[in-house]
Amino acid sequence: MKSATTVTVNPAARLKNRTSFGQTVRNSLTMAYRGLLKIRRTPEQLFDVTLQPIIFTLMFTYIFGGAISGDVISYLPVIIPGILVQTVITTSIVTGVQLREDMDKGVFDRFKSLPIARIAPLAGALLADTIRYTIATVLTFSMGYIMGYRPDGGLGHVAIAAVLVIFCSWAISWIFAFFGVIARTASSVQGISMIVLFPLTFLSNAFVPADTMPNWLQWFVSINPISHLVTAVRDLANSGTVGWDMGISLIGAAVIVAIFAPITVRAYMRRT
Amino acid sequence: MNGWHQKEKAAQGGQWAVEASGLVKMFGSNRAVDGVSLNVRAGSIYGVLGPNGAGKTTTIRMLATLLRPDAGSARIFGHDVTKESQVVRQLIGVTGQYASVDESLSATENLVIFSRLLGLGRAESRRKAEELLEEFGLTEAAKRPLKNFSGGMRRRLDLAASLIAQPPLIFLDEPTTGLDPRTRAQMWETIRRLVKTGSTVLLTTQYLDEADQLADRIAVIDRGTVVAEGTVDELKASVGTSSLHLRVQEPLHIERARRIVERVLGVQSSVTSEAGKITAPMADADRVTDLLIELREGGVRLSEMSVQKPTLDEVFLTITGRDASQDAGASGGQQKEEVV
Repeated sequence: MKSATTVTVNPAARLKNRTSFGQTVRNSLTMAYRGLLKIRRTPEQLFDVTLQPIIFTLMFTYIFGGAISGDVISYLPVIIPGILVQTVITTSIVTGVQLREDMDKGVFDRFKSLPIARIAPLAGALLADTIRYTIATVLTFSMGYIMGYRPDGGLGHVAIAAVLVIFCSWAISWIFAFFGVIARTASSVQGISMIVLFPLTFLSNAFVPADTMPNWLQWFVSINPISHLVTAVRDLANSGTVGWDMGISLIGAAVIVAIFAPITVRAYMRRT
Repeated sequence: MNGWHQKEKAAQGGQWAVEASGLVKMFGSNRAVDGVSLNVRAGSIYGVLGPNGAGKTTTIRMLATLLRPDAGSARIFGHDVTKESQVVRQLIGVTGQYASVDESLSATENLVIFSRLLGLGRAESRRKAEELLEEFGLTEAAKRPLKNFSGGMRRRLDLAASLIAQPPLIFLDEPTTGLDPRTRAQMWETIRRLVKTGSTVLLTTQYLDEADQLADRIAVIDRGTVVAEGTVDELKASVGTSSLHLRVQEPLHIERARRIVERVLGVQSSVTSEAGKITAPMADADRVTDLLIELREGGVRLSEMSVQKPTLDEVFLTITGRDASQDAGASGGQQKEEVV
């Protein structure tokens, strides 16, 4: 206030009531930057994404390996894509939980009072969390490699598989973001999300081949989108092929975002 | 009246910073705000005064586009808060009752992010952040995480964040609640400087002396409605030109002293419960001589006596028929709902 400039409304200044697409992207990226700063300030938030891939990969491989595939090495091409999808998608629950915690803080009032795109605080938070999915993905593949997994598809296809899983998890995190916005407390977000996700990840082909399951269960496994994602990752990593499953996964992800992004933003706007 | 305002506004290019009429907000069946109308002239400090749960925060939240009014309308520099909310957001800065800054980040990071969101470039944001931290005496603490900030530092940072875009209208929701007297005085100084640069400030407070100190005009809100509006002097004048304060040595003599006061001055007196202080409005300070003689003759010994300009506490008491401080305790439950 040392400056003597007078603050008044400049009638010549163009004040628009709409935010442009460019501004929406810029606002979201700034909010994502905020998310990254927060992760840097509180690295303990990353415990789950670092420990879960290591522990789960070790545990499931050695428990199921012998029984399902005869030995651990021949089970790895089955379990690594499965555990990857399961771990990364479970990680996306945290996005919803943290969003709820974040929204309870006063800073969200300021975001709402700023002339920014309404979707930016949500989109930014979800975008920043892709860093978590990336960490989980890299660690799961690394654990597999240490245990002797050598994907035949080659590094390039493994990378494509990684991007696919990260993208699909980002899409699914919109569901948990929606729970995060409508729920009262962070722990209830965790609760609802686990109830949804637990059957989805286990009633799939992620850990065991579906052949031995009863018919009705096989039917569910075959329509479960998680199964398609797991199959798409197996195709890419183990044989370097792109199948119809990848198409289904991408379409599914797009549909989730198309439905949940707008209703999440609307719920966020209504909740004050 | 309304049409006249419109015409005047058109002629002078919008001299009203805030025009609100009949704002209503319901929380369940509770009418938190029940038909509030306010007009705030550009370039002034406007105080909204009321006890906890009176509807101050809810009113501000509606004006700042954070809550949608259930009825009524409000315009900020002529722009409707519901229809042109994104325009309104470009004209306002909001400092909430609870610091609306990011706890997990440092002061600089907070200001840089808000600057970036407001469309400033990377280098420009850094410069703006430094400038504001300097101005608010936070440079030394710039890199520390906010968790270690005192309440006063947090409020200052919060206010700094509201000033990034130099908004012509600034909402301050209880800017000094919970601050120690020294920090409070600093905050007042900052707010006064703000208005010198041409900004309009709308602040809420439950401290009567704060409104007295800062505001050009005051609206007294009680139970969701405006019960009085005017300049500080107008409000004070409505309770009389001066007021008498008496304290007696013997608590037993309070009633006798009151009778004498009421007989000599010909007015109603009141007693504050906690301190046993008798207060009464006084039209003519000269009458105090007669009163003192009467009291001596009546055998009432005084421990304290003063004649003052009426405080806003008395204004509040006269308008609402209740003590502002008593009411704050009684409606504690209501306040919770307001904050949600």
